[in-house]
Amino acid sequence: MQLDFGSLSGALPYLWKGFRYTVELTTISAAGGLFFGTLLALARLSSIKPLALAASAYVNLMRSVPLVLVIFWFFFLVPFALQWALGTERPPLVGAERTAIITFIMFEAAYFCEIMRAGIQSIPRGQVYAASALGLTYGQSMAHVVLPQAFRNMLPVLLTQTIILFQDTSLVYVISATDFVGAASKIAQRDSRLVEMYLFVAFVYFVLCYALSYAVKRLQLKIAIIR
Amino acid sequence: MFLQDAPEGGVQYWELLVSGLGWTLAVSACAWVIALLLGSAIGTLRTTHRAWVTRVGNAWVELFRNIPLLVQMFLWYFVAPEFVPALKSWVIAADPAHAQFLSAVLCLGLFTSARIAEQVRAGIQSLPQGQRLAGMALGLREPQVYRYVLLPMAFRIIIPPLTSETMNLIKNSSIALTIGLAELTFRAREIGEYTFHFFEAFSAATLIYVAIAMAANRVMALVERRTAVPGYIAHGAK
Repeated sequence: MQLDFGSLSGALPYLWKGFRYTVELTTISAAGGLFFGTLLALARLSSIKPLALAASAYVNLMRSVPLVLVIFWFFFLVPFALQWALGTERPPLVGAERTAIITFIMFEAAYFCEIMRAGIQSIPRGQVYAASALGLTYGQSMAHVVLPQAFRNMLPVLLTQTIILFQDTSLVYVISATDFVGAASKIAQRDSRLVEMYLFVAFVYFVLCYALSYAVKRLQLKIAIIR
Repeated sequence: MFLQDAPEGGVQYWELLVSGLGWTLAVSACAWVIALLLGSAIGTLRTTHRAWVTRVGNAWVELFRNIPLLVQMFLWYFVAPEFVPALKSWVIAADPAHAQFLSAVLCLGLFTSARIAEQVRAGIQSLPQGQRLAGMALGLREPQVYRYVLLPMAFRIIIPPLTSETMNLIKNSSIALTIGLAELTFRAREIGEYTFHFFEAFSAATLIYVAIAMAANRVMALVERRTAVPGYIAHGAK
């Protein structure tokens, strides 16, 4: 078996474009997922029963279905949802790349919800009472007392989840979006250099994820000392 | 619509779903056995205070944890046969479904083994140091300490995380559709494409996955209750 990484250098600009999309998808989904996940967590912990039930049904459904199937679901549903929301005559053309962003925000929201819920529940109840004794409303006590601490306590877990998300975004391959893996597989098939290309992709992911998870581990130690 | 005939093979659509479910369960079951055996062995070795064994164990876990599962699937299906000539000649001669099945089982089995190894290590390390020392004081040799003292407790402690790993494994088996294995998600998409009833096809697959998740949860809860040590693990006490 002769390895030939020659076709790699010519393909680098295309791969870089795919990689940039992967990073973009990861950051937007992590930010959006964290935002909606926090709202979902608040809904799950809310004393309004129907709201709590709806939120936990959503989270449990998302968590018991494979990501690939969720991607297919959204790829199929998003155009119809947009047609309904915008009131247009035909389903608008959204494209795999933008559909993937919506999918991952909605999917990750379920996972970030569980992390934030654990974070909120780790805050002693006395703090909520203290906040309301000071005259803070529910919104104020959440925004200024509970959530900042919950967020900080859960920071390592949130970052670890983001690394997992970074790896999971490779699954947009199934709707032919051109992320890092998508770009690599297109080049690999064009040049019939599957072995070299996939080894290269695996190497890049490994180095990045290993370095990032090492950084998270260091951060965790640092935070643990401050507390 | 599930009672209509599929365009090829003389079967109805619901039979396609059932055969997809069969592949999903078969891949998951085989991979689960590999993952549990390998994961327990590696997780145990990582707690034995031998520097190089621990290092190999850590490298194993990091290797499988830091590469996306999709890329691992491609590595097993497209890349591995190129390096093993015997495997390559088998893959070319074999039924494609068998080659896909083998790749998927190896990929998911080793991937999950790294995660189970991490759980097993955490389970053993969560036990008080005194248990190991007490075992040694009784004159047990190291393998016996693991076999009779540490592992029976550690496995009971890690049943909940093992449950979620099992469900992750079943969900992850859907990634095998990228190498063409006709499992449940593959069949759902196929039926959608044949009939344009994507909504019904995906709903059916979703319901099946939810049912599998609930069933796995029940089974593991039963195992947890059956194996609980009285007075030790809180909710199994009675």
